[in-house]
Amino acid sequence: MKSHVWRPLIVVICIVVGILVFRLFYVPDDFGSGKAGFMYSYHRFSAEDDARSQLIKYRDTGKQKMHEYCAECHGDEVEIRTEDLHGIIACENCHGPALNHPDEPEELTIDRGRGLCLRCHTDLPYATSERHRIPGIDPKEHNVDDECVECHDPHNPRLEDM
Amino acid sequence: MKRRDFVKSSIAVIAGASVPLAALDLIDPKEVLAANEDIHWAFLIDTHKCVGCGFCVKACKTENDIPFGAKVTRTWVERYVFTKDDRRYVDSPDGALYGFTESRVDLGRGEYKEIDPENVGKAFFVPKLCNHCATPPCTQVCPVGATYKTDTGPVLVDKTWCIGCGYYIMACPYGARYFNPITHVADKCTFCYHRLAKDLETACVNACPFGARKMCNIRDINDPVTKMILNQRVGVLKDEFGTRPQAFYIGLAQEVR
Amino acid sequence: MVEVVDLIVHGQAWTTKELFVLPNEYIYWSIQIVMYPFMTGLVAGAFVLSSLYHVFGVTKLREIARFSLVFSFALLPVAMMPLMLHLQQPLRGINVLMTPHFTSAISAFGIVFLAYAFIVAGEIWFVYRKHFVLRTNELQAKSNRSSMDSLYLLIFKVLTLGAMDIGEESLEKDHKAVKMLASIGIPVACFLHGYAGFIFGSVKANALWMTPLMPVIFICSAVVSGIALCILCYVLAQEGRKFLAKRKLSRWSKDPSAPSVETLQGSLETEVGMTANYLLYFMIAALTLEILDLIFRGYTQVKSWDILREVILERDFTKIFIVQYGLGNILPFVLMILPGRTVKRTTFATVLVLMGVFMMRYNVVIGGQAFSLSFAGFMHYHLPIIPHDMETFKEGLFGALTVMATPFVIFWFLAKIVPPFLKGDDAH
Repeated sequence: MKSHVWRPLIVVICIVVGILVFRLFYVPDDFGSGKAGFMYSYHRFSAEDDARSQLIKYRDTGKQKMHEYCAECHGDEVEIRTEDLHGIIACENCHGPALNHPDEPEELTIDRGRGLCLRCHTDLPYATSERHRIPGIDPKEHNVDDECVECHDPHNPRLEDM
Repeated sequence: MKRRDFVKSSIAVIAGASVPLAALDLIDPKEVLAANEDIHWAFLIDTHKCVGCGFCVKACKTENDIPFGAKVTRTWVERYVFTKDDRRYVDSPDGALYGFTESRVDLGRGEYKEIDPENVGKAFFVPKLCNHCATPPCTQVCPVGATYKTDTGPVLVDKTWCIGCGYYIMACPYGARYFNPITHVADKCTFCYHRLAKDLETACVNACPFGARKMCNIRDINDPVTKMILNQRVGVLKDEFGTRPQAFYIGLAQEVR
Repeated sequence: MVEVVDLIVHGQAWTTKELFVLPNEYIYWSIQIVMYPFMTGLVAGAFVLSSLYHVFGVTKLREIARFSLVFSFALLPVAMMPLMLHLQQPLRGINVLMTPHFTSAISAFGIVFLAYAFIVAGEIWFVYRKHFVLRTNELQAKSNRSSMDSLYLLIFKVLTLGAMDIGEESLEKDHKAVKMLASIGIPVACFLHGYAGFIFGSVKANALWMTPLMPVIFICSAVVSGIALCILCYVLAQEGRKFLAKRKLSRWSKDPSAPSVETLQGSLETEVGMTANYLLYFMIAALTLEILDLIFRGYTQVKSWDILREVILERDFTKIFIVQYGLGNILPFVLMILPGRTVKRTTFATVLVLMGVFMMRYNVVIGGQAFSLSFAGFMHYHLPIIPHDMETFKEGLFGALTVMATPFVIFWFLAKIVPPFLKGDDAH
């Protein structure tokens, strides 16, 4: 082993060992594979906690859970509204995400814009689609300069019912 | 089979059969489930029910802080219009963030096609999102282990470890992935992992007024949505890639890719 | 209503969409990813050329072999550069070495790249050890050393690694080591580039890329481009030396032992001629495989063929058939096989070959993203020319030019330590 031929190899080994030592400090301890194995789930386990800690903005649980969060305070209102024509629409779709309401924000920003109604009520000539069963208007002709809520009650928009 | 083996296995069968049935009754499947935490999240999309309102996209972008002005999205809705003279038009302006409020179809590069209502054959809407595949090609190709499949099914991205090479975007056959313009790392639908942890359904499921989107634990056979997946004729997108998608579709047309 | 501010997402600046393209689809892999296989190809090709002399003993290639070994080393850091410029989080690039996820083709990059760097560095060390020792002794003997000389002395001293014996026996050992390293180096060089092909070939979501031929095609075209670049640079360098020798301009040309213009011209002709033949062999292999792939796709006509046909035969026809195959393959091929081949004509052909290989990379990388995953739409790539922010610089014309220019800068510095042109017996 006295031959000079091995000297570059020693240099290489030193570099590799250096990288491995650095790796020891650099890589988080909790790197590993989950149930799906190395191929699909090699990761830092604490990253899952990071993902879980994301802020929840929409608190309404939809009709399936009877608008649990909103009903806590606005119970009566929610009960009436779910019977309305638009009862299938989650409160927060128009009233905005609740976040920590009523603490923060104290008041929600309600979207009363025309664009919101047009999402469903623009008339599209698609007979094979469920869209066809929703009453539709031509947004370029139907009271162009007015907001929908000026005439229609957003909770129960049928004009005859007003 | 050797005689001894046969005797052995026969004894095992008899012993198993002789366990009093009453003993089994005590085990509540739900309790077993809770103890084993055998959860695998799946998604069910009923394309018949979708009207293209785009509330799901709006809710998703809001919930997950994806700016409305950024032309990427975790979930989107596609419109398919087939004319009677056998032409096909597909579009998804802004991923249907503002719904479909025009009858003309977006052809890209600022061009639009107005289709004669008389000529419209079939037309429908298809919501899409990450399929959270059972064998996701995107996690397979991540060079650093920054994207991974969790034990409960959702495929997530580790924002602090992603190097932003873009390989996962290339590997996804569904176009579910993109670069987040704020964090500059890979980003995609998480099945609202943070909401699932708090026993809430995803933002898009909650926002859908028509029940076109549903979620379930596919291991829980008592879940009504799981029953739908098991009992109805459901399809998945691009199964030829062997990705085993966990987003199931009712009423999937072959033109939807 | 909240005011919506437009936010340009990565890829949007250079992508336009036509017909139905999925909302998240952009040309995410742009010019730097074209540069990446092109530069790694040059590295691998240059190394293979140098190995022809060291392993197979093609003694006629002695000078160009040494030249391409040094050039290969100069190209090495540049193979990594486009990746760093492309990464959205370049500072985290080290993660590839730290937590390699081996089911990903890219994860091998760090390890293979390092292994390859060690091999090339080792080979250079053995080839130039005698030179290092001679220079150290020479500088040590010098009585009035300038600060520059002292710096050189330090560098050379470190580079000898203390192995000062340049006796017949130890030089013989060096020679054996070079041969060994060069033989290990060939498969590693092929692997380094073959896996770059694998990165593309294994993407099952992309109809154009997914073919097992991709790594082989990449290796062949890598060798082609590497040899072509070495010929080109070698000719340019030799022409420069000839010019200096004629005018007796530089210090070495005044040295009586310096090669004359005639010897320079002679070695230039034989070496370029020999190398050009190897270039032709590899060009035939590369072209055959590429055409085979194309014919196979057209013949089998699987689902993706409809859209691929439109991209290959209609939209990208000029780029693929005129520029890449016509100007980049057929024309230089004809130029080189026509009788009465001269150095000038060969040099011109190598320029065309280099352009052709670059276009092949471009057509694969950009062409693979020219159509939507929906098979119902197209994407168009517009190379950012005038940069208006960091991103359009990095992934634009100037970013690519920076990558192209860097190896020459490195080579210039490197040549001061390990001169590619040495008098025959100073190195292997």
